[in-house]
Amino acid sequence: MLSYIARRILYMIPIALAVSLVCFLLIHLAPGDPIAAMVPPDTPPDVVAQVRSDYGLDRSLPVQFELWLEHVVHGDLGMSITRGRPILPDLIVASGNTLILAVTGGILGFVLGCVFGGIAGVCRGTWIDRVLLGAAVAGVSIPHYWLGMVLVIIFSVGMHLLPAMGAGPGTSSVWAWDWAHIQFLILPALTLCVIPAGLVTRTVRGLVSDIMSQDYITTLRGKGLRWDGIARHVFLNAAPTVIAVMGLQLANLMGGSILVETVFAWPGTGSMLNDAIFQRDFPTLQAATLVLALFFVVLNLAVDLVQTAIDPRISRS
Amino acid sequence: MSRQPLIRARGLHVSFVSRDATIAAVNGIDLDLNEGQVLCVLGESGSGKSVTLRALMRLNPKAKTVMRGELNVAGHDMMALPESKLPALRGKVVSMIFQEPMTALDPVFPIGRQIVETIVRHDGVSKADARQRALDLLDLVQIPSAKMRLNAYPHELSGGLRQRAMIAMAISCRPRLLLADEPTTALDATVQIQVLLLLRQLQEELGMGVVFVTHDLGVAGEIADRVAVMYAGRIVEQGSVSSLLARPLHPYTQGLLGATVQPGSRGARLTTIPGAPPDLRRPMQGCAFAPRCPQAEESCRAAVPEFCHPAPGRTVRCIKVMETL
Repeated sequence: MLSYIARRILYMIPIALAVSLVCFLLIHLAPGDPIAAMVPPDTPPDVVAQVRSDYGLDRSLPVQFELWLEHVVHGDLGMSITRGRPILPDLIVASGNTLILAVTGGILGFVLGCVFGGIAGVCRGTWIDRVLLGAAVAGVSIPHYWLGMVLVIIFSVGMHLLPAMGAGPGTSSVWAWDWAHIQFLILPALTLCVIPAGLVTRTVRGLVSDIMSQDYITTLRGKGLRWDGIARHVFLNAAPTVIAVMGLQLANLMGGSILVETVFAWPGTGSMLNDAIFQRDFPTLQAATLVLALFFVVLNLAVDLVQTAIDPRISRS
Repeated sequence: MSRQPLIRARGLHVSFVSRDATIAAVNGIDLDLNEGQVLCVLGESGSGKSVTLRALMRLNPKAKTVMRGELNVAGHDMMALPESKLPALRGKVVSMIFQEPMTALDPVFPIGRQIVETIVRHDGVSKADARQRALDLLDLVQIPSAKMRLNAYPHELSGGLRQRAMIAMAISCRPRLLLADEPTTALDATVQIQVLLLLRQLQEELGMGVVFVTHDLGVAGEIADRVAVMYAGRIVEQGSVSSLLARPLHPYTQGLLGATVQPGSRGARLTTIPGAPPDLRRPMQGCAFAPRCPQAEESCRAAVPEFCHPAPGRTVRCIKVMETL
C-alpha cells in the first residue's frame, strides 16, 4: 500500500512536466505580447527590447522553458508581469480562498446530491423522483454565472440580505469563520454547489435504484433488517462511485470557477487566472495552472485510496 | 401451538401488476407443512415456485405484487400482518436461502458481519457474543478455518463456501421454517451433494420445517418427505416423495420424470415435453397443461380440474386420473 502511494506520488512528476509544457506552448501560441501590455504605447523600441531581455523573453522557447523549470524546482514560481511581485505568495492566498469556496460549495453539493439522489432512487418512477431528477438536470444545465447574477439580483440588490462581492468586509484580506466573512461566502457557494449537486443527485439516484434491485437487498429484507439496516448496505455499496464523482467535481471546483469568482469578485485562483489571461501575465498563468494540475492529481489519488478502503474488491497493491 | 401446521395456505394467488400486463404467477395453491417436515416444490422455470416461496414470507416486491387467499405461517396470518411486523418474523421465524450466493451476499461486507447483523437484529445480543455465535455457525456448516473466514468477503470464497455461509446466516436465529430457493443449482455437482447433505443434517438437528424449491428430481428424492409439482402457478400433483417418484400420475409429472437423464441411457434419445409453458399474462381456461398433454381432450380445456385423491396422501389435478378412479 505504501509503495503504491509512493509510486502514485512519483507519477505526479511526469504529469506536472507535461502539463507545464502544454501550458507553456499554448501561451506562446496565443496572440498578444505581454511586453506591449506592460509598457506605455509610445515607449522607444530600445526600451521595449531592454524590458523583453530583462524578462528573458528574447531567448528561444526551449531555453525559456528550461529556465522556468529550473526556478520552479527551486520553489520560485517567478514574478508577475503585471503586479511586479513574486507569484507564490499571491497564489497561496488565492488558492486558500478558492479552497474555502470550493470545499463549502462541494460539501453543500455533495450533501444535497446524496439526499435528493437517495430519495429519488428509493422513490424511482414516482412523481417525487421526476421532480428531483428534473431539478438535477436543471442544476447541471443552468449556466452558473447566470444563476450567480440572478442570486445577486434577488438577495443583494433586491432584498439587501447578503453582500454581492468580495470575500470579507472592507479591505480585509484574511479569511475568518465569522458571520462578517461567511455572509460573503453564501451566494458564491450556493451558485457553485448547483452543478455538483445535480451530478451527484443523478449518480446517487442511479446507484441507489440499481443497488435496491440487487439480490443481496432481497437477502437483507429476507433476514429481517429494517430500512435503517438496509440503508447501511446501500450506502457502503454506493460510496466508492459517489466518491469518485465527487472527487472529480471537487477538483473542478478547485480549478476555481473563473466565471463564478468573477461574478462575485471572489479573490481566488479563478479571478487570478482571469486577470492573468486578460493581461497576458503568462508567468502567473503558468504557475496557477501548474498548481491546479497538481491539485487534480492529488485529489485523484485521494479518491483512489478512499475507494480501496471501502470496496474490498479493488486491490491496488 | 405445535399442533398447528407450520404452513397452511388455501387458494393462494400471487400476481404481479405492471402498467403493461398482469402476470398471474401463482393461481390458487393449497399447501400444508408440519413442523420438521421437508417439502420439495418441483417445476420448470417460470412455474411460480420461487414466487410461491417468496410469498410465504411476503418477500415479493410489494409495490407490484397482489396476493389473495389464505396464508398462515407459524401461527401468523400473513395476509393480515402489517408490513411493519414482517421484519421481526423474517430471519427469526422464517428464513430463506437463495439460489446464487454470489449475488445474494453483499459484496462489500465480510460474511461474518452479515451473519452478526442478523443475530444482533433478532436476538439483541452484543456484537462480541454474536460474533462468537457466527463462528460456531461457520463451524456448524463445516467451513474450514472458520475464524479466518469470518473476515472474508464473499468474492474471496468458493461457490460452495459462499452457499455454506448463506446457510449459516439463514439458520443463525434458529428459524422454525427454512425456505430454500434452488440452493444447489448454482453449484457444481460434487459440491451440490455436500450442500444437500449438510442441509438435510441441519434440518434433522434443528428440527426445522423446510420448503425446498428445485427443478432437479434427484435433489427432491434426496431431501424431501413430500413433493409438490407446480405447473403454470398451480400445484398439479402432491404426494410423498417415494410414491410420487415411483408412480407419477399427472401427465406433466410423468413427462418431467421421463425427461430426466438416467445413467445407462446413453445413446437413447431423451424424451422432452413438447411445447412451452403458457403465457401467464393471459387468463387460462381449463387445465394449463392441456396444450402440451399427450392425453388431453376437449373436456380438459373446459374447466380447471379439481383435485382428486387417487391414493392416501396423494392429490392430483387431472380429469384423466379422476376418470380412472
